[in-house]
Amino acid sequence: MLCHRIIPCLDCDLAFPEGRVVKGIEFKQTKYAGIPWQLAEKYYEDEADEIIFLDITASHEKRETMARVIEKTSEKVFVPLTVGGGIYNIKDAIRVFNAGADKISINTAAVENPVIVSTLARYFGSQACVVAIDAKRRYITDPEEAQNKIIVKTPEGLCWFECSIYGGRKFTGLDAVRWALEVEERGAGEILLTSMDKDGTKEGYDIPLTKAINERVSIPVIASGGCGTPQHIYELFQKTQSSAALAASIFHYGTYTIRGVKELLEKRGLSVRLG
Amino acid sequence: MGNIKSVYNALKHLGAKPIIATTPSEVKTEKMIIPGVGAFGKGMNNLKPFIPKIREALTSNIPLLGICLGLQMFFEGSEESPATEGLRLMKGKVVKIRTKLRLPHIGWNSLETKNKACPLFRGVDRGYAYFAHSYHALPEENVVAATTSYGCEINASVWKKNVFGTQFHLEKSGALGLQILKNFLEL
Repeated sequence: MLCHRIIPCLDCDLAFPEGRVVKGIEFKQTKYAGIPWQLAEKYYEDEADEIIFLDITASHEKRETMARVIEKTSEKVFVPLTVGGGIYNIKDAIRVFNAGADKISINTAAVENPVIVSTLARYFGSQACVVAIDAKRRYITDPEEAQNKIIVKTPEGLCWFECSIYGGRKFTGLDAVRWALEVEERGAGEILLTSMDKDGTKEGYDIPLTKAINERVSIPVIASGGCGTPQHIYELFQKTQSSAALAASIFHYGTYTIRGVKELLEKRGLSVRLG
Repeated sequence: MGNIKSVYNALKHLGAKPIIATTPSEVKTEKMIIPGVGAFGKGMNNLKPFIPKIREALTSNIPLLGICLGLQMFFEGSEESPATEGLRLMKGKVVKIRTKLRLPHIGWNSLETKNKACPLFRGVDRGYAYFAHSYHALPEENVVAATTSYGCEINASVWKKNVFGTQFHLEKSGALGLQILKNFLEL
């Protein structure tokens, strides 16, 4: 039986030679958490099923720094490594794959030029192409306000979800649920779905958002944003069909261990990989 | 491509001295590994110049390991690229996974060894391995060494004489994957 994956995410600020892991709060402030390759090794030992590195600066000048981070990490970490941020074309993707990445994650590039999803999926295979979606709730009082949008019921009211690009700095008007369907159609192998409303709040994942997308696409979804306790991960897997849970701060600052989360999930009857 | 670097790193970690052959003349070896991610047609196309070397290796009993697409290319052909012929080292075809569950089949799934005699699985009875694929091989001869289940039975490993294949990424399957790779190195 396929296991529920637990994926620590390293948001990397590459303005430093080895990079620095930082944690953002609602896509705004950041807090230092460690050196990327060191944290990655720690998480590998702690039974991480996969590790995601996001270049939050997503700058062209720092692409070599990210390649070095991945090179160093992949010498000792033998679980899949995903790299996102600053990948716009096949050449950028080849650079990170050659450094030792197993998957790439794209967001802005995909929204600005959707054909790139098809191109990358054909070139590297769907299983290596993750499309990241940063979604923000747009509350409405009357469905007429949001024509052509998929409207979702949340405890806080009716809303649709808007895609954001450039690390949350630009809104696109694009419906995240419809966009998820389009990227699946174009050959994306997985969706990394981040709730901008929940990110950094530690209140739990955005269940209505995650559910809305999981119910419509048939590729795996990695849910992200809002994880504050192991209970939130349990709730995510129980209430949605998500394939993986992404978390950052609960592991970065030693509040919980990955193994501890997995033991809890196993005790409650969910399949997890425990060595 | 893609996972070549990961395979290289895993081999180095185990103390082997891997060479990444970019041209057939660089193939001088005791053991050969065909990694590979991506589509069947493109993979076979990339492999074409190396085919004489692979056949030569097999006649001199050099162990050959195919990983993921590498395994799939051992077969006669694939639904993914119907116009392309495989290496035909094993009888059977590669087909799309017929399951009601999500595809690609991505993540850690439990291995069940079907052929306890397979040297790849020495000391590895059960455990989880990392898979990332939408197609799998359906052999028409008795070569299945391990399976996994995903709403249907998936062939996770094949073995015939000195040819070994894993559909999962042993280079990305933690300690269990490294053990299987070590077993291959010790053949």
